[in-house]
Amino acid sequence: MPKTFFIDTTRCTACRGCQVACKEWKNLPAVPTKQTGTHQNPPDLTHFNLKLVRFSEHVEKNGKVSWYFFPDQCRHCLEAPCKQASSVEGAIIQDEATGAVIYTEKTAQEDFEIIRGACPYDIPRQNPETKRIVKCDMCSDRLKEGLLPMCVKSCAMGAMNFGERAEMLDLARKRLAEVKKAKPKAQLLNPDDVAVIYLVEDDPKKYHEFAVAQGPAQLTRKEMLAGAFAPFRRMVQAMQG
Amino acid sequence: MTNHWTDLKHSDCVFLIGSNAAENHPISFKWILRARDKGATIIHMDPRFTRTSARADIHAYLRSGSDIAVFGGLISYILENKLFFKEYVVNYTNAALVVNKDYKFTDGLFSGFDDTSKKYDKKSWTFDLDENGVPVRDTTLKNPRCVINLLRQHYSRYTLDKVSQITGTPKEDLLKVYKAYAATGKPDKSGTMLYAMGQTQHTVGVQNIRAMSMIQLLLGNVGVAGGGINALRGESNVQGSTDHALLFHILPAYNPVPRASHDSLAVYNEKNTPKSADPKSVNWWQNRPKYMASLLKAMFPAPEPAVSFNYLPKLDEGQNASWLKLFDEMGKGKFKGFFAWGMNPACSGANSNKTRSAMTSLDWMVNVNIFENETGSFWKGPGMDPAKVKTEVFFLPCAVSIEKEGSVSNSGRLMQWRYAGPKPLGETKPDGDIIAELAIKVKALYAREGGKFAEPILASDPEGWTTNHVYDPHKVAKIINGYFLKDVKIGDTEYKAGTLVPSFAMLQADGSTSSGNWIYCGSYTEKGNMTARRDKTQTPMQAAIDLYPNWAWAWPVNRRIIYNRASVDPQGKPYAPQKAVIAWDAEKKAWVGDVVDGGGGPGEKHPFIMTSEGFGRLFGPGLVDGPFPEYYEPLECPVGKHPFSKQLHNPTALQFKEEYKAVCDPKFPFVCSTYRVTEHWQTGHMTRHSSWLLEAEPQMFCEMSPELAKLRGIQNGEKVILESARGSLWAMAIVTPRLKPFKVMGTTVHQVGIPWHFGWQFPENGAGGDAANLLTPSVGDPNTGIPETKAFMVNVRKA
Repeated sequence: MPKTFFIDTTRCTACRGCQVACKEWKNLPAVPTKQTGTHQNPPDLTHFNLKLVRFSEHVEKNGKVSWYFFPDQCRHCLEAPCKQASSVEGAIIQDEATGAVIYTEKTAQEDFEIIRGACPYDIPRQNPETKRIVKCDMCSDRLKEGLLPMCVKSCAMGAMNFGERAEMLDLARKRLAEVKKAKPKAQLLNPDDVAVIYLVEDDPKKYHEFAVAQGPAQLTRKEMLAGAFAPFRRMVQAMQG
Repeated sequence: MTNHWTDLKHSDCVFLIGSNAAENHPISFKWILRARDKGATIIHMDPRFTRTSARADIHAYLRSGSDIAVFGGLISYILENKLFFKEYVVNYTNAALVVNKDYKFTDGLFSGFDDTSKKYDKKSWTFDLDENGVPVRDTTLKNPRCVINLLRQHYSRYTLDKVSQITGTPKEDLLKVYKAYAATGKPDKSGTMLYAMGQTQHTVGVQNIRAMSMIQLLLGNVGVAGGGINALRGESNVQGSTDHALLFHILPAYNPVPRASHDSLAVYNEKNTPKSADPKSVNWWQNRPKYMASLLKAMFPAPEPAVSFNYLPKLDEGQNASWLKLFDEMGKGKFKGFFAWGMNPACSGANSNKTRSAMTSLDWMVNVNIFENETGSFWKGPGMDPAKVKTEVFFLPCAVSIEKEGSVSNSGRLMQWRYAGPKPLGETKPDGDIIAELAIKVKALYAREGGKFAEPILASDPEGWTTNHVYDPHKVAKIINGYFLKDVKIGDTEYKAGTLVPSFAMLQADGSTSSGNWIYCGSYTEKGNMTARRDKTQTPMQAAIDLYPNWAWAWPVNRRIIYNRASVDPQGKPYAPQKAVIAWDAEKKAWVGDVVDGGGGPGEKHPFIMTSEGFGRLFGPGLVDGPFPEYYEPLECPVGKHPFSKQLHNPTALQFKEEYKAVCDPKFPFVCSTYRVTEHWQTGHMTRHSSWLLEAEPQMFCEMSPELAKLRGIQNGEKVILESARGSLWAMAIVTPRLKPFKVMGTTVHQVGIPWHFGWQFPENGAGGDAANLLTPSVGDPNTGIPETKAFMVNVRKA
């Protein structure tokens, strides 16, 4: 019943089709950017950039270069920590049919730092004017009409995949087995906890600091509130020592 | 392309060189990744590590401009290790032909070079003929003057050491590439070579392509599924534009433009129609008189072709009117007016300062475009004083592609019809409407007032392109297809005057047929608009190679993989049965699969029907700079010599003597190349106006290695200045290990790269930067004139 994305970074060419298609569909304005020495632009997710392709280059021990692409977006966690951290009724909801985690206009009343801090992937952003907290909404309007999310529709490479959870998990596992033949470090990121499952061919840290959740994806409400003045991530790191 | 886009899926080895397809032809990677799913190997050779390299199995660096060394080394490797597909090479290429004993190659020059004119007399680049006038063939390949032996001899200099020395590619990487690619020489394996401007934009550009074609012929990769020699065209319809001859030297469908000495159609036909005495050679261009007569009837409906031939503009003997020459002449005041139609020469042409300055000599310019741009606004650009510019510019705003109905011909020769989407905004018009209105008005003016040589204008028929006084793309598509102008019986079938010709096989030389472009004959027939078809049905044999023969229409005659007769043995049996292109059905006595190349049963005809001999050309006498590709440095280069000969540069390259070129000039010590990104397109004229794209790639940048950055004290993200002998520009530095210094002839050679997507006009505050072509030289390939914008010399320093 719940929908799931499978994002195969071994097929991604970082064309930014998904990044731009999302903005185009939602009519989000461009943000001012500068060339700061990278193709990653804007440098981070913003309230007008809900999907961002991240670039990271490395030089391996043998001198070979690797260039990893990570088309970042909200994971639509099965048990979303941001939803657990919410204190405003109806601000953060989860669609029963699709599993999409949705931020409504009521998020303007939330404490942004708490919501952002609760997310292990550092996804939520705030519109400075409306104070609404925003992120990917799984193109729920398109799903209602039987259409694919815009990022998935725009991807020609087969990097972005979307469908029923069982089908996507099956595809993810098949691809993992295939990729592992040449890339033994390949792994799926938090496949049991999220509805957006990434396949990477190397250490996730080489893709993005928050590619994979470090600690448990869910805490009790009491534990969350105990760290109310510290971002969740720091709390987890402290817990892990 | 000899093949087509979906065919990439069926390759065993995809070799990208001179292409950054993942970035610039992203949809190609849809098919290439599916080939990888089936076990294919992806090879990428490039001066940089790009988004294509990130998806490749094998990546190897090479210095910009050193490609022929790589290809020569691969040819040598294939021959020495006997990895060529022998049966294919003997039967289908000109390997066995015997070359004229006067042909010689000495220290970088071929026989027939004239040092004064800097041109070759090609009279020794011929084949020995027997008493019947048929080329002598030694299928034992023992004759020392057999093409294959001359080939072996020519590339014996291209050892791994020497190739590595000049390219800067480590030997082990060369071997990795060679081994992987040469494995496609097996009869049932195929390799595809994908290229773009990285191969063509050099003073040896056409020879680069020749070298790849030769490799493909040696490996038996031409005419087969997943093979071929595949140009990835840079615009959605540039294939269409070259087919319809938007180039100075050809008429529609690749007929040579007449020269002054062709004072009649008969003389033109005599000089331009190849002959063959070999009954097995189809020699397709023997039909040229039919195509010329039909073209003339399409352009000038009333007069006989013999009369209207003299209405065609003619070039002087030896005249080169290619792009670089054109702007050079413009700068000398040779043009009153200039139509800059759907192009932005102020940014796209090499040597922007020269181009922009040239335009100040014009009395008028008509600029047809969708936005204001650096070309139409040249007179108020950087360094210009509008008060001193006399040019009157007429800006005609036009519709964008999705607002127009008509066809687009893609890299795979596929002509696809498109309906119009939204209505054009305001008073913008489709180009066809503008052209038709203009032509009709000009014709009316000539009719009323007369004028110099009015006959061609008055004999043209722009009204015939319209319906209710508006341009009608269907009408034009039909004119291009062609009509019977008289009732005629061909074989058992009667054809009525005024009906559409079903195939170019029926075009006539006597003026009884018309066709605006013979290769498109068959695209719009009495059965309808073939190019509008979206039918996915196909036979299982066709489905196995994703042929989709009923989806739209490809030239010629809807053949999807050309030279496909080479995909079967002389008995008509496919070499690769699991991905057969054609096969001989002995019962039906017919070919099945794709449309076969040339008539006749198995073994009856040589497969390469467009050459007069009928064989794929390993020895290629058709180019002006040599029958074998030979290594030369780019005209601006970082070394004073190379290992292959004493001849540093292509002696026939297009250049302007008075213009300085940097050779080992310490003022310009670094190699520079220009390229593109996914997010922008061409001069960036359209994409800079798209805010989401500009957000992703906002400014001119320069990619450089950490080693070069250290040398110049440059930090990542800081502003730098690039300078060449022609101009300078600023860029933001991207310091990245994806670029590496090269070890060339014992010295360290640094290379940088810049995109050519920016121009001063927009963003209006100049924040984007200006054209990469401010740096590039006015030098070009001697066959085509294409500028060498992929390898030239610059300096880079902190701003």
